[in-house]
Amino acid sequence: MDEGTELSSTIAQIVHKLSGSQLHFQMERQAKECLNHPSVQLETLKEDVKQYLRKSGWEKKLQNAVYQELNMIHTSGNPIAPPEHIKEPLTYMRKAQASWEKRILKSLNSMCTELSIPLSRKRPINEQKELLTKWNEMGTDEPDLSHFRPVYAPKDFLEVLINLRNPNFDNSDQPSATSHWGLIQVPLRVKDLSELREFFSELSLGYGQLGIEESSQVPQDIFENEHARIGRKVLADQDSAAAEQYIRQGSPTELRAELWGLILNVTSDPEDIMYYEQLTTSVIQHDLLVDNLFYKDVKLTASNDDYYFVFEDFLYQVLLCFSRDTTVLEHFKYNSATPPKSYIRGNLGIEEFAVVYPPNGVIPFHGFSMYVAPLCFLYNEPPRLYSVFREMYMRYFFRLHSISSSSSGIVSLCLQFETLLQTHLPQLFYHLHEISAQPLRIAFKWMVRVFSGYLATDQLLLLWDRILGYNSLEIIAVLAAAVFAFRAENLMEVTSLAAAEAVLADLSTLKVIPLLQIFLFATVT
Amino acid sequence: MAGKIKWVTDIEKSVLINNFEKRGWIQVSESEDWNFYWMSVQTIRNVFSVDNGYRLSDDQIVNHFPNHYELTRKDLMIKNIKRYRKDLEKEGGPLAEKDENGKYVYLDFVPVTFMLPADYNLFVEEFRKNPSSTWIMKPCGKAQGKGIFLINKLSQIKKWSRDSRTSTFVAASSGKEAYVISLYIDNPLLIGGKKFDLRLYVLVTTYRPLKCYMYKLGFCRFCTVKYTPSTSELDNMFVHLTNVAIQKHGDDYNHIHGGKWTVSNLRLYLESTRGKEVTNKLFDEIHWIMVQSLKAVAPVMNNDKHCFECYGYDIIIDEKLKPWLIEVNASPSLTSSTANDRILKYNLINDTLNIVTPNGEMPESRWNRSHQKEVLGNYEILYDEELAQSENADRDLRSRSGQSIASKGVKANNSARPHLATWK
Repeated sequence: MDEGTELSSTIAQIVHKLSGSQLHFQMERQAKECLNHPSVQLETLKEDVKQYLRKSGWEKKLQNAVYQELNMIHTSGNPIAPPEHIKEPLTYMRKAQASWEKRILKSLNSMCTELSIPLSRKRPINEQKELLTKWNEMGTDEPDLSHFRPVYAPKDFLEVLINLRNPNFDNSDQPSATSHWGLIQVPLRVKDLSELREFFSELSLGYGQLGIEESSQVPQDIFENEHARIGRKVLADQDSAAAEQYIRQGSPTELRAELWGLILNVTSDPEDIMYYEQLTTSVIQHDLLVDNLFYKDVKLTASNDDYYFVFEDFLYQVLLCFSRDTTVLEHFKYNSATPPKSYIRGNLGIEEFAVVYPPNGVIPFHGFSMYVAPLCFLYNEPPRLYSVFREMYMRYFFRLHSISSSSSGIVSLCLQFETLLQTHLPQLFYHLHEISAQPLRIAFKWMVRVFSGYLATDQLLLLWDRILGYNSLEIIAVLAAAVFAFRAENLMEVTSLAAAEAVLADLSTLKVIPLLQIFLFATVT
Repeated sequence: MAGKIKWVTDIEKSVLINNFEKRGWIQVSESEDWNFYWMSVQTIRNVFSVDNGYRLSDDQIVNHFPNHYELTRKDLMIKNIKRYRKDLEKEGGPLAEKDENGKYVYLDFVPVTFMLPADYNLFVEEFRKNPSSTWIMKPCGKAQGKGIFLINKLSQIKKWSRDSRTSTFVAASSGKEAYVISLYIDNPLLIGGKKFDLRLYVLVTTYRPLKCYMYKLGFCRFCTVKYTPSTSELDNMFVHLTNVAIQKHGDDYNHIHGGKWTVSNLRLYLESTRGKEVTNKLFDEIHWIMVQSLKAVAPVMNNDKHCFECYGYDIIIDEKLKPWLIEVNASPSLTSSTANDRILKYNLINDTLNIVTPNGEMPESRWNRSHQKEVLGNYEILYDEELAQSENADRDLRSRSGQSIASKGVKANNSARPHLATWK
């Protein structure tokens, strides 16, 4: 397919996506209204209307919306490709994902049967009222959750990834120095160090950087002041693409909430707030089994966390609304996963009685709430917190628990991590391999949670800045490798997995950016 | 003197003992010769009592000033601050400036407070001006949230006064069981919907000239129960009081974090959600409150050179990001409720000892070491009056604009923190 066809296909996709959107209606209304404006003349109608929309900021909004769509298009967008290829081009990956889903759903269903709790039920009126009154303090409620257990934990998922094989790839050769010694045994293309250096070029020592103590170039405080000044300008311009480029060098703390919102193209219009309120209404009306899973998860993770316990109640609100949000289903077009289906009682297997369950199609696992928790430091209003989280999920986080060949997908990240270690820290990698302390067994949970709950929050936010800036999760594989490099000396002395885990148990004192810089740009190749 | 410091303590806390032992100091009993006594406030009362007439010798240090209660008893603190304001007003200095509502511009940092029963009539007058207000009653001499209750009707206070007349009022009239009643901060800053207060540590090594240090690692204490300003919750103390001693009895008390959040978390949250400028202003104002409260008591303190004191400041921030001084504790709890808490308190004691006994030695004439390089650890100099006065001459005029009043000498040793000039 030549470039021209690809481009026009992309344009067609985006036009299709945006027509009928909220933005479309708003712009149409504006265009109609501006006809009364004195600057709009009949002779030059088209140009005048365009000019008007430009001046009133609507063109910028359209531009940001197009940019957002462009960021979401991950495949080449071949118009004749079947939808499942857009989800995931490799058959064995699709199959593996499907059988993993089957397992999760089975486990969820058996929990239902065991506890004889329906997947969903309408709450009686008095119960609705009660929930409404304690909406802001669900954390004080202590329902008996002892029978509930997380559907799965990251380590269960890791086992699945370890057993993943490409049937067309023969890896029966005797292991040699060039073969992959890690746990992930599928042949995917990952970046080597020089490609990473190029990709993350703004992290190199020649650039000013937020998140470091001092740099060799300009005094850090001068850089920080200048960087903050530019940041305010970027915000004033309301340009998503500029914000994305800007944040590669880190976001000033006070601008972060707005910059992330701009990059993710998250609006706070009355419509958005109304939508959030509708979601809360549906939480009040219906009780879902997954609510208990979210509840349990928050209690097991964020509620015990030094940084995030304060936000417990916000987490319930956001997570319960999330499970009811059917706009989340949209992301299954480009996610290898498929939303689980359930059947209305008595109609098992009959397609017309199938409903997506939970309504957003996402079954939570142990640690899920940690995707939301750091965002609570930035947004103190639940509707906005919610919108930003949903966008982050639909752009990035879903990739961390579905099996795919995407370069930001968890399989590639694992492979990227193992390859970096094997190539650049071969002694350490070999040592840990020999004592059966495979590095991925330790790093996997960090990556699945995007390091949330492992790093200090300020450091975590600096890391997430770069995820947004590069529109890629690859940075977390690099960081995981960098953490091993940083503790290499201690790790060389351990003789068991438990001891290695102990060396890496506390990451809260790590400074993310210097670690990344050293690993990327000071590793001798 | 030669040899190791001989220490005594009547507070059996591991964070203390581990620190003494780490220095190789020698534990002795109270009746032996000692150099360093970390004592409870009860003990200090006896040591300095008139009957005892004990005088500390040159090679002895204790961790309280003899009349620390001028600052740490709720009623006396208020009395001293009120007197300090009046004195400043008499001098006609810019510090005592009042706004159009008659409130001090720079010195309005404690909630309106009255002594009971002494100021009962004044209180009633104030209450009637604003009958929907809520007030908090605290016994003057008690700590950790004991004996505290809220009222929002005059009848409640009348009932209390009748009851206490028959029982404890005898003691009350002698001044020992007196109460203070303060306007309740009913618009506290909420984070995640929860109320909290700040516990910050301040070390004073001398009052005249005043030299004090602020500990960087304070923390926020969160209520485990959601804050609702509705009066039906008035009886639920968990909502209103953040003391760990109280919160520990709540069902939701978490033993991993203990409801405590570091000040750096608070700063990150506020900078992210409110902006850097207002956050810096808040912290500047907190430092301001501390220095002013210490200045308020400095003239009445018995500035015994054998004494130092590490105070626990309790501060509440309201939703407009204005900090309010609630009280000052002479014996901040050294009990560790969580692992992080233990580390914090161990380091607090360690850094305190490094300042009061530099090089781990008994400072025989500690007045001469003021210009010696200090090992501050996590402390930073909050105010150094001596330094401030020496800088006074050349800065005097500039300060009159009100821009940097009394910021002189503050953390002057720490040039890395230039934003301090924002003090008002």
